[in-house]
Amino acid sequence: MSNNNGNNNGNNGNNEKMVTITIDDKQFMVPEGKRLLWAALENGVYIPHLCALEEEEKPSAGCRLCFVEIEGFLNPVTSCTQPVKEGMIVRTRSKRIDRMVKNGFELLLSNHRLNCGKCAANGSCELQKIARERGLKLRVSRMRKLENDAPIDDSPENFSYDPAKCVLCGRCVWVDHNMAKVGAIGMVRRGMSRRVATFGETALAESNCTQCGECVRACPVGALAVKE
Amino acid sequence: MELMEGELEQIQSVVAEVLKKFDSDSEQLLPILQAVQGRLGYLPREAMKMVAAAVEIPEVDVYSVGTFYNQFRLNPPGKNQIKVCMGTACHMTGGNIIMDSFERRLEIEEGETTKDREFSLERVACVGCCALAPVVLVNDEVEAKVRPTRVDGILLGLGKELNRKKTEVGTEDKAQDPAEPKDIPAQEEGDAR
Repeated sequence: MSNNNGNNNGNNGNNEKMVTITIDDKQFMVPEGKRLLWAALENGVYIPHLCALEEEEKPSAGCRLCFVEIEGFLNPVTSCTQPVKEGMIVRTRSKRIDRMVKNGFELLLSNHRLNCGKCAANGSCELQKIARERGLKLRVSRMRKLENDAPIDDSPENFSYDPAKCVLCGRCVWVDHNMAKVGAIGMVRRGMSRRVATFGETALAESNCTQCGECVRACPVGALAVKE
Repeated sequence: MELMEGELEQIQSVVAEVLKKFDSDSEQLLPILQAVQGRLGYLPREAMKMVAAAVEIPEVDVYSVGTFYNQFRLNPPGKNQIKVCMGTACHMTGGNIIMDSFERRLEIEEGETTKDREFSLERVACVGCCALAPVVLVNDEVEAKVRPTRVDGILLGLGKELNRKKTEVGTEDKAQDPAEPKDIPAQEEGDAR
């Protein structure tokens, strides 16, 4: 665990220095330099997050959901990028944070195919979890719905990819490059047409994808899902 | 895009020459892609594969960069290059309708090239003459205040044969046009679609 945080930590090795931090008025002992998001989650404090992977050296901080307020910081910060320090005082909820998370969450939903009843991730979906934990609605009320009409790729034997359910967190791309070390998928195009695709946007089965399934396990929603 | 005879060899030799001039470092990816496009006019798939192998990154990462930047094109430029302006003024006066018309006529999408490589269609941001909106650049000549009906005229002038059935569809557009409802995109949107 400390190896990943080597850059922030001057204190590598087994005898990690522990620091005391305060999250929502409760004190926790956590290894110095550990990123706040993971320190909080390990201690049972939930912070919404989609794109973060603990193994990642440089988090992309792209989902903009894991904001927290830290005493001494002017503005909310993304907890996935923030290493813990001795005496840090953190609040996971505030008016500002709730508003940012609510807006970010609704923006994510605005181009997400909401069909939970028939979705393979129903029950294990991170979006559902965030909605439950933060009391948000799985509905788009203030924005226009812009649904992605890119077709579902069900060419792999055991799983399929539905771009309309993808939240573009990039976790699948990261595990594909760094864990599976295949390099079959990446983020292509930009703006509204950004999506996860293979070289030349071919079907997964026609690419160099080994169908190892790492990306399916990494997907926080039902975009990459095991076939029934 | 299917390659023509002898094109693959040309691509391979050009990319090999370009790669010699750069370090095999992923930091050099953008300059390499720019040099390749400078020589070939676009980034063929084969070229992207060669670059990926040279700088030792997955092919999809090169594709990712190539599709991210507007500067790069993945299809060869056509003999006639049509650039539809989508700047603010052109957008407001119905640039997207003009783009739709070209897409329908040429049977390609924005950013693509016709199979015979006669026409390529691109969107550009402002070309700097907003008073003439909506503007189309045809081989770098400005076509001002383009109406959907003018699209056929432009293409005919460039030697495109429009088959009869399509021209008939075109006349429906024309039926509404003589009224020239200037700058009322909302009204036009209905009949152009």
